[in-house]
Amino acid sequence: MEYIDRGHVQKKMRTRLLLNKVFKYLFLAATLFGLVFLAILITRVFIDSIGWLDFSFLTNRLSFNPEIAGIKGAAAGTLWLMVIVGPVTMTLGVGTAIYLEEYAKKGRLHSFIQTNISNLAGVPSIVFGLLGLTVFVRVLGFGSSIIAGGLTMSLLVLPIVVVAAQEAIRSVPGFLREASYGMGATKWQTIKKVVLPAAIPGILTGMILALSRAIGETAPLVALGIPALIIPVPGSIFDNFTALPMQVYYWTIDSALTAEYLNLAAATIIVLLVVLFLMNSVAIIIRNKFQKRY
Amino acid sequence: MSERLNVKEAIQAKRKNNKSVFVEKMVPVILFLAAFISIITTIGIVGTLTYETILFFREVSFTEFFTTTDLSPLNPTDPKFSILPLLMGTVMSSLIAMFVAIPIGLTTAVYLSEYASSNSRKVLKPMIEVLAGIPTIVYGFFAFTFVTPVLQEVIPILDRTNVLSPGIVMGIMIIPMVASLSEDAMNSVPNSMREGALALGATPLEVAFRVVIPAAISGIIASFVLGISRAIGETMIVTIASGSTKNFTFDVTQSMQTMTAYIVEVTSGDAGAGTTAYFSLYAVGMTLFVFTLLMNMFATYITRRFREVY
Amino acid sequence: MSSLTSFDPEESKEKNENQSPTITKDRPKAPVYQTKALNLWYGQTHALKDINLPIFENEVTAIIGPSGCGKSTYIKTLNRMVEMVESVKISGEILYRDKNIFDKNYRVEELRTRVGMVFQKPNPFPKTIFENVAYGPKVHGIRDKKLLKQIVENSLKGAAIWEEVKDRLHENAYGLSGGQQQRLCIARCLAIEPDVILMDEPTSALDPKSTLKVEELVQELKKNYSIVIVTHNMQQAARISDKTAFFLNGEVVENEKTDFIFSTPNDNRTEDYISGRFG
Repeated sequence: MEYIDRGHVQKKMRTRLLLNKVFKYLFLAATLFGLVFLAILITRVFIDSIGWLDFSFLTNRLSFNPEIAGIKGAAAGTLWLMVIVGPVTMTLGVGTAIYLEEYAKKGRLHSFIQTNISNLAGVPSIVFGLLGLTVFVRVLGFGSSIIAGGLTMSLLVLPIVVVAAQEAIRSVPGFLREASYGMGATKWQTIKKVVLPAAIPGILTGMILALSRAIGETAPLVALGIPALIIPVPGSIFDNFTALPMQVYYWTIDSALTAEYLNLAAATIIVLLVVLFLMNSVAIIIRNKFQKRY
Repeated sequence: MSERLNVKEAIQAKRKNNKSVFVEKMVPVILFLAAFISIITTIGIVGTLTYETILFFREVSFTEFFTTTDLSPLNPTDPKFSILPLLMGTVMSSLIAMFVAIPIGLTTAVYLSEYASSNSRKVLKPMIEVLAGIPTIVYGFFAFTFVTPVLQEVIPILDRTNVLSPGIVMGIMIIPMVASLSEDAMNSVPNSMREGALALGATPLEVAFRVVIPAAISGIIASFVLGISRAIGETMIVTIASGSTKNFTFDVTQSMQTMTAYIVEVTSGDAGAGTTAYFSLYAVGMTLFVFTLLMNMFATYITRRFREVY
Repeated sequence: MSSLTSFDPEESKEKNENQSPTITKDRPKAPVYQTKALNLWYGQTHALKDINLPIFENEVTAIIGPSGCGKSTYIKTLNRMVEMVESVKISGEILYRDKNIFDKNYRVEELRTRVGMVFQKPNPFPKTIFENVAYGPKVHGIRDKKLLKQIVENSLKGAAIWEEVKDRLHENAYGLSGGQQQRLCIARCLAIEPDVILMDEPTSALDPKSTLKVEELVQELKKNYSIVIVTHNMQQAARISDKTAFFLNGEVVENEKTDFIFSTPNDNRTEDYISGRFG
């Protein structure tokens, strides 16, 4: 039973191996494509920002005059946003995760909430903006204030925290729980004193990811109707505000009129990217430090 | 001896403390309320969208919305409301994005899972995922101030705002999503399958395309669908770089408005609450929401339904 | 090819002779494989130590030894599958048909078209039965549908599974039982018309009945192929093999005719292992 012509196979082999090699480099090129793009993007933005990004840019207020315009107000706005988003998502996200992992019976309700959360994660951010516009800005009458923006943003990033916290709680080994129960501790005592402390690194990583998403998100804020006017630096959560990405947005579209706005947008992007980079570095440090504990 | 008794007594005393019993009972209720917020959010989204969409369709007919091609919401004398130009903008920009994201994302996944050594994978994968962590506004800035001018060198007829440039940039933004989900799917194909094929004299390329990809196809398709859904919902890149011309055309060198960009334009404009233009926001938002939800559910469905049992 | 249904070893031998002069029955006991001073490390672990071992044509060579002795590593080295582990380092040489398989210019894919492998756990592809068997020939460039059909049929017959699957060739291979899947994998391996078949504990995941079927099959296959089989089951080695090599701690303790090893082994350690005193 000799159906296969060895000579033919040998001849084919050369082409097949060549093809394999060619495609290997093609695939590598595709892999590097994204990285090259990233490098160009960062270099380009950096070059655009040279000469504009200095200390006074960080401390000056917004102005129509590009020479003296700064991002003090926008940076303060972003910080204020985090003051809302941080505690709100932490409480709701971790609460939801504990409920789902520790209390809810695996059944219809459990899978309904779970499916609901994963579906929310896929809803476009602009739709959250519409929700915020209707409920927080208009119905509850908050206007385009920090609290309206913060609550909208919290709902948007909530799924990230829930999923991360769930994973963190799930990965707490059973023997720790058993040890606690074995000493007669109640369920809530076990969760509070054993499970949560053990899950904290995972939860924190998730929180940082969620906050970095919130810092960079623009669409929901735009939908809340935040004006491009020069706004005073906000002093409370009920004040109007602008945020770093909003500033990038307005300066970018206005760069058609005033060319220097492009440089201001680039400088703001650099600030934004540096903040995100620092936050993600912290997340990585936390993850590496607490990775292999059990 | 007496100390031990004291401990015992102390524990007994604490047990009887009504406060702790109360806490044990209350905690699950409070936690449930937290979990319920996510359901309220969904109800809120669906509720507001539906309510205001109904109000919109009291003033504008279904036929006008879905079959005509004119959109001019802020025209004071004769406003027109058709979603088709916006659908066109969304479809065209998403198509271009997927033309970029699918081939590059998939081949990146093949390289990472079938060719790269574990060391280079450890370096490359997080670097590619950085792309996913860049705020979309930054991509929008880059598309508008760099990619478009560069493309104009090649295609002189390209408008200052156009669909092509944001489409491409959006595609690059989606690469990590397609790559990492596809790679997960390929990684879950057991190694014994690769060994089986390699032992027959197959090259890694043949193993990838004739064994691994077919075996992981459901996960790979799910990654494409999620990528499309992401492109449809993306807002800032298209708002900045594709402009706001309500253009019913296939010509991607022109400015076209997407559904998301329309929402941005109308919300940041002067359309007061109660006007038809204001209600149209929700009709467009509803369409957007339904589209992305269906896609996400479809992706979940195919991964569940066609999960291979090895 | 005149007959598709019968297996005539003589006939196929003649064909073999015509096509590849290296395979001749005039030299029945020619070594197919020669292993010379082979050493292998997984990172720091010295897994194979100075192996010297010939493997002869049209014989069943069994490799036995306790788990962790290197027997699986060795058989995977014969078709260089062992290199899928990234930290592997190898010295020494293995000659297949007088050519060193570690030679820089030696194509590993070509080696594997001549040397088939059957794995510990059946690993059919998630495709139809037909596609599983046709995979190898297709990869090697055979497109002719009629020819593919013949190859599939013959291979399935060769693996003694044709009667069980001929009516459901286009159903998913995962519908088969474990024993059937393993014979399907053998058929898949026969479809590329190998010279040598490597079997890495092929029955360890099977029930006794399926094991027996595979063992009978091995006896049948050795008429046409050289077979190397790793097994942890000494009775199996005794039943089906012509030669037996006993591995211990990465070394070959003894390599002899099977009858000899199981009756009057030279080395005490072999005797201890065979009589069940360790391992």
